[in-house]
Amino acid sequence: MSWFSQTLTSSIGKKLLMALTGLFLISFLVIHATINAMIFYNDGGETFSHWGHFMGTNPIIRTLEIGLVAGFIIHIADGLLLWKNNRDARPVKYAVNNAAANSTWYSRSMGLLGTLLLIFLVIHTSHFWIPNRSNQFVTGEELNLYQMMLDIFQNPVVVLIYVLGCISLFWHLLHGFKSAFQSLGLNHVKYNGAISFVGTAFSIIVPLLFALMPISIYLGWVK
Amino acid sequence: MPRLKVESDIKNIGMEGNMSLSLKVWRQSNKDAAGGFENYKLDHVSPDMSFLEMFDVLNEQLIEEGKEPVSFDHDCREGICGACSMYINGRPHGPLRGVTTCQLHMRSFKDGDTIVVEPWRAQAFPVIKDLVVDRDAFDRVISAGGFVSVNTGNAQDANALPIAKEAADDAFAAAACIGCGACVAACKNASAMLFVSAKISQLALLPQGQAERSIRAEKMVAQMDAEGFGACTNTGACSAECPKEISLENIARMNREYIGAKFSSSAV
Repeated sequence: MSWFSQTLTSSIGKKLLMALTGLFLISFLVIHATINAMIFYNDGGETFSHWGHFMGTNPIIRTLEIGLVAGFIIHIADGLLLWKNNRDARPVKYAVNNAAANSTWYSRSMGLLGTLLLIFLVIHTSHFWIPNRSNQFVTGEELNLYQMMLDIFQNPVVVLIYVLGCISLFWHLLHGFKSAFQSLGLNHVKYNGAISFVGTAFSIIVPLLFALMPISIYLGWVK
Repeated sequence: MPRLKVESDIKNIGMEGNMSLSLKVWRQSNKDAAGGFENYKLDHVSPDMSFLEMFDVLNEQLIEEGKEPVSFDHDCREGICGACSMYINGRPHGPLRGVTTCQLHMRSFKDGDTIVVEPWRAQAFPVIKDLVVDRDAFDRVISAGGFVSVNTGNAQDANALPIAKEAADDAFAAAACIGCGACVAACKNASAMLFVSAKISQLALLPQGQAERSIRAEKMVAQMDAEGFGACTNTGACSAECPKEISLENIARMNREYIGAKFSSSAV
């Protein structure tokens, strides 16, 4: 094995990949949440569609999108590999285990939360991203994403699934944001407080903003 | 130091032998045998006994009954050797923070308690017998690079080598690791990263460790992975359960040491 693949397949290398792709996906969330929040202008989707059109057609963004898909695939595949390796490291479980005494449940449940997010991701992309991109591929025309949102979020079950997805995202980020810095070796008394504060704030604000979108449309606040 | 509960200590003065306990202890005759829990009753347990002394009493009782005593690791019984290793009521070294099993006293339990005792559970720590596990994996990680191989002769005069106070303090705190394996036992992934990072840190922080700094990090991590320990999820369970309270900063330092070494050393 070359030194490079040796590094990336080591226990620390796998965590390095998780941290780098995780922070990259966090940067994507910022863009995604910001542009989607344009629906709160409540202008019949004009501002939202303007930026949606930019994201869907700008050649630089479309190139970055390939990186985004790769980022998701690496984060998911690497996460599943880690989950398997970590499970194999303890073949016999404890009969009595008081893990709550030394760690938070969500830090121990990143694999579970990630799996819930993966299920949500499949549902979410099949609602918007996949139909839109396939239509662009076949006809060259974009779909009216704003109208699709208004239609899809009339179903209370769909709204509930999206809210549950956002709750999973909250817990996943609450540990993942800080954990990424530790995996990269960035643990310093001067910055730990800021990382923790920004991580907690980010984990609350972004999923809350996302959850408000289907709720606002369902309740007719955004038309 | 175990945290004493003033109230229960006052209550127990001069009332030795006033505890009755139920024990559920993991028994396994050898590494290939199927193990299982055995239930034992112990009366007249003094609250001033250490947890290991309580096990001595249990073993005396078992010997008198003509039964096989429980095998468990122990050596110094003063919290510095890292031999004792019991998973007590779901936590390594039991309910107190910052102490080994030998420094845990029965006053941390109540009369009538049921206490469940298991061995460390990890693929890399196979059970030898009962509560004794094979921790040779740690020795092999150290053999891979946890040493300074330069012959330095006799000890130098104090302060002949200038070392920053902060670096000396951090190195000392890392070197406090006694290699008991509670970090592995506590970690949901049975990861050895707190142990390995403490051993890498204590040498990376000092001038004597510089010559082999890169290759040490590379080799020790490779050996850690080869032993079948899991990866780190940064839950912090290891540090919370560590009897020497080794800091998570060491794991961050190890990540820096390893990634830096991998991308810059001349070893291929």
